[in-house]
Formats: sequence, C-alpha cells, structure tokens
Amino acid sequence: MNPAPSNDNPFAGDNSGIQQRETAARWALRVGSYIVVIITLAIMLHIFVKGAPVVFRSEWPFVNTQFLTELPATLHVIEDQEGHHIETDVNGADAVKKKLGDDFRSEKTISYSGGGILGPIVGTALLVIVSVGVALFLGVACAIYLSEYAKHGKFLEMVRLAILNLAGVPSVVFGLFGLGAFVLTAPTFVDVPAERSVFSIPLGFTTLSFEGWDTCVLSGGFTLAFVILPVIITASEQCLQAVPQGFRETSMALGATRWQTIRYSVLPFATPGILTSSILGIARAAGETAPIMFTAALAFKDKLPWQKDLPPLPADASIFAHWEQSVSRFLGIFTESVQALPYHIYTLAAKIPQNEYAERAQYGSVFVFLVLVAALAASSVLLRKRLRAKYRW
Amino acid sequence: MAADTPAPTAAEPLIQVEKFNYAYGDNHVLFDVDLNMHSDDVMALIGPSGCGKSTLLRSINRINDLVDSARVVSGKIKIDGVDLYAPDVDVISLRRNVGMVFQKYNPFPRSIFENAVYGLRVAGIKDRHDLEEAAERSLRSAALWDEVKDRLHEVATGLSGGQQQRLCIARAIALQPRILLMDEPCAALDPIATARIEELIHQLRGQYTFVIVTHNMEQAKRIADRTAFFYKGRLIEEDETMNIFNHPRDPQTEAYITGRLT
Repeated sequence: MNPAPSNDNPFAGDNSGIQQRETAARWALRVGSYIVVIITLAIMLHIFVKGAPVVFRSEWPFVNTQFLTELPATLHVIEDQEGHHIETDVNGADAVKKKLGDDFRSEKTISYSGGGILGPIVGTALLVIVSVGVALFLGVACAIYLSEYAKHGKFLEMVRLAILNLAGVPSVVFGLFGLGAFVLTAPTFVDVPAERSVFSIPLGFTTLSFEGWDTCVLSGGFTLAFVILPVIITASEQCLQAVPQGFRETSMALGATRWQTIRYSVLPFATPGILTSSILGIARAAGETAPIMFTAALAFKDKLPWQKDLPPLPADASIFAHWEQSVSRFLGIFTESVQALPYHIYTLAAKIPQNEYAERAQYGSVFVFLVLVAALAASSVLLRKRLRAKYRW
Repeated sequence: MAADTPAPTAAEPLIQVEKFNYAYGDNHVLFDVDLNMHSDDVMALIGPSGCGKSTLLRSINRINDLVDSARVVSGKIKIDGVDLYAPDVDVISLRRNVGMVFQKYNPFPRSIFENAVYGLRVAGIKDRHDLEEAAERSLRSAALWDEVKDRLHEVATGLSGGQQQRLCIARAIALQPRILLMDEPCAALDPIATARIEELIHQLRGQYTFVIVTHNMEQAKRIADRTAFFYKGRLIEEDETMNIFNHPRDPQTEAYITGRLT
C-alpha cells in the first residue's frame, strides 16, 4: 500500500482508480436522488394540472363550491342534435329533455361523477378524528409506560419488537381484524341482545352484549387507530427519550413523584414532537383504504352522517332541557357508515366505466385529498416550530 | 426539616455511612465505605473519575434509584440514625430534606419563578403569596435576587451559566433542606462564575450541611472543612481538609493530590 514515489509532486500520487470509483459512486447517488425528485414532481404536477381546474374557477369565488359542498350524485349528460353536451343531475334531466324536444339525441348517466365530494370529505374527517383520538391516547400512554416506568430488559425489547412488527402488518389485515373485532364482536350496551351476539352480560338496567358496532365511523376509526399506533408509539417514545435525563433527576431530587415528573418536566417538552408525529399519523390514517373498506366506508351514500329521519327536537325549551337527546344524537354521528376520500377515489377509478366525466371527478378528488394531506403536513411543521421556540433547552 | 432544627451533638454525626457496598448490576462500585458527616460541615469528596464518589453522593438522596440496575449490596446510610434504605422510608420526604445540585446546570425551560418554586409546587403548595415569598427568600439566599427580580417571569434558560447554576441552588434550598448535595457544581462554569458559587457556599455554610463532589483540589481546599479521598470504590482517607492536603497519611492520597495518580 505504499504510494508510488514521485519526484515532482509528492501529493500527485497514482490514485486514478480510486478517483474513478469516487466519481462513479457520487454520480450513482446523484442520479438516484434525481430520479426520486423527478418522479415526485411528475406525480404532483400531473395531479395539479388535471385536478386544479376541477376545484378552482377563473371567476369569483375562484373555487368550485359545488364540488366541495355537495354530495356525490349521478351525472346525466344529454346530447342534442348539434352535438352539444348538457350536464345535469337526475332532477334536471327531464326538464332539459323537454326543453330540447326534437333536438334531443341521447342521454348518458355516469355514476358518482356529478355533484361534489362533501360526503367523502366529512367521512374522512370523522374517521381521522376518532382514529387519532384513540391512537393518541393509547399510543402516548404506551410510550410513557415504556419510556418512563418499564424496566430495561428482555421483556421491554420484546414489546418494542412487537410494536415494530405491528407496523409491518399489511393494512388489509388490519381491515379484516377490524371487521372481526369491532364490526362483529365489540361490546355495546343494548336492551335486547341481537341474535349474532357472541355473548352478553345482563346488567339489570341494560345488557352488555358483544355484538359489534356494525360498519360505522367508530369501527373504522378504531381500526385506523391500530394502523397508526406503531408510528405514534415509536415516535412518542423517541420524543420522550429526547428530553434530557437531567430534567427527570432534578425533578425527582426536588421531591416530585414519577407522575409529577412526567406531568411537569417530561411531557411538556416532548409534546411538540408527539404532536408532529400524530399529525403525520393523521395523513396516514386519512390515506388508508383497506382498513375502512370492511369497517366504515360505503361506495355511495346520499346522506351526511347527521342527516337522519328523526323528529326535530322540540323548539320550545332550551337545548339543555333535551341535552340527553342532543348528546345521543351527536354520538349517533359516529355510529353511521360514511363515504371516505380514499375509498371514493378507488370507486371512481375502478368501479365505474371510464370517460372524461369520471376522470374529472377522479382528478378533482385526488387533488383535494392531496391538498388536505399537504395542509396537515405543513401545519405539523409550523406547530413544531412554534412549540420548539417556546420550550428550548 | 427546617435549617434551624437544633443540631445534633458533635458526638452524633448527621450522616453515617456504614460498611456501604453498592453495585450497578454485577459491577461493584463501592466497597465497605465507612464515613461520618457532621451537621453544618462542608464535606468534599475527591478522587479520580470512576472512584465512586458520585455514586455515594447520589445514594444519599436515593436519586440513583432511577438507574434500573443500581442496588445496595450491603451496609447502610443513616441520617439522624434512620436507615435511608429501610422499607418504610418515604423517598419523597427524604429528597425534600436532602437537596441536590447537579454538575450540568439544568433549570427547566420555564420561567425563573417557576423554577424557584418547583419543589414547593410538587409538594402541593398553591398559595400565590407563599410561593412568591419562598421564591424571593431562596433567590436571595442564592445571591441571585438582585439580578433577576425584574424578570422573574422570563425563561430561565436565558440566564448565564453561572446564574443558571445559582438558580438551581435556589431551587434546591427553596425546600429548606438540611443537607445539600453538590455533584461537581462548578464543572461547567467559567472561573468567575465558579468563584461566585464558592462565595455562595461560604455564605450558606452553617445553614446547611454540604456534601460536595469535586475534581478541583484547589476548590476543595478553599471550601471544605473536611475532605474524603476515594480510590477504586474505597474510602482511602478522611480528615480535616488541611491535614489531607498538607499531611496525607496514605501514600495513595499523597500521589493523588500531587497529581501522580489518575
């Protein structure tokens, strides 16, 4: 390994082979990075070019309000003798046909491609609220226990391994698990247990029956919670570990209990990171399709979760007089099945005949979905920055 | 608990370490340590890194309990004759009576006021007036009041290193402990800040019993009444500070203080 002796320049050396390998390695890595960037940009640009015109308008209010505020509907396209296309919904179709009279040539109907996507947006929002609520509670509790209370050792290593494995489970398996656990067997309070109830415990005034929650926001939210739990646990534990050990020792040395120490001197400083990871968890939960297919989502629903055929509450008294009913109606939102954005996109892309009108609905939905996820990611970055500035050590 | 509790008679040491053996898992770090510390003394623990002096210090308020594998092998540490590791000892009240200042100044990233009253808050004191009084008293004792009285509600990590360490001392004495443990309190400070801390220890001498781990032998000479030299987990020699530095009885002590033992 002696460098070749040289009389002129002691630093010249004969390292052409090394130099070439260095250059080759650098270019291989550079090309790899460029490919990733180009593909990402291509996807984004494609969706923006095709999707933005669906959502935005060139005149006031610049946004296609119909697309964002209406439920999906069947689109009727009526063609007249000159070849003009008139788009309308099921109610407008007859009027248009009557007006055209002999001018009428043909009518096409395209499922789900008319109206807007308010149903899926609301459904996804509800699913995300439930899943993040459940996952944050369970995940942060688990992370605190693992990080602050559990003794280091074999058992802890096994738990960590199990959590990592949970992250590797295919999401369709979570979907089937959710179907079995939440849709069909989760416990609920009923007056009379259903026939399919796995078993029931009479409590006197009511019965605790393991008959499941049916396909609804709650089932889907819990299933999604288990999909994002590993992410939240792992990230939360890392955030807790990042809080200096000195804070814990100081706090305990000042006579605080473990819980006081966690409450006042560990959690506040880990919260920015935990929130960031949970917002990324939101993006993940919002995007999963398989876990909600069997547990919460419908291909089509013509009502929002709170639109039910119930008699209105008597208007004479204040809402507090009927608070029990109000609460139960509010909770009723979560026992409804919903449409969800990723499942809606799947339906539009795979379940209906493809044409220009279906394509428009597809790109519009995907664009709105991407904007929502990007907004969540951006807010997570902002939140972290603000909280970091507040708690620095 | 208060500093004005009548001091025990000279015959009765405040802290008694008896045949104390301590280990982290299988790693034995303290061997048969016997050491008495008297009320209102300043005791310096010196010795090379890894000699067990910090472990002994951290055993006196049982903060080492936080280390999973740490355990007492045998022997006792007593304060006022009460064995600290007896099952009926409440660690929380022990730690309220034995304050601790760490090597790296580490105020919480909260306001100066909240740092000063942290121990009182977790002890359940809610009255605003009491807390303000205690904060002023402890900040005055730590010679920090004049520097921070106008910005009590600013974040503590904005203070200079020396001020932060004095805040940590204030935070510890806000609970009016009898004993103050200091683990190399000046190791992270510049010479001027170090001098201020030493001055502070001089001022507080007599109000608290100090046990100070230090690597700085000049510092031990300046502040300590008595000095104990540890080597490889054993107490080699303990005596009045001047005797340790001027007439060490053990050749290992002499080797250490003259810089020949590391």
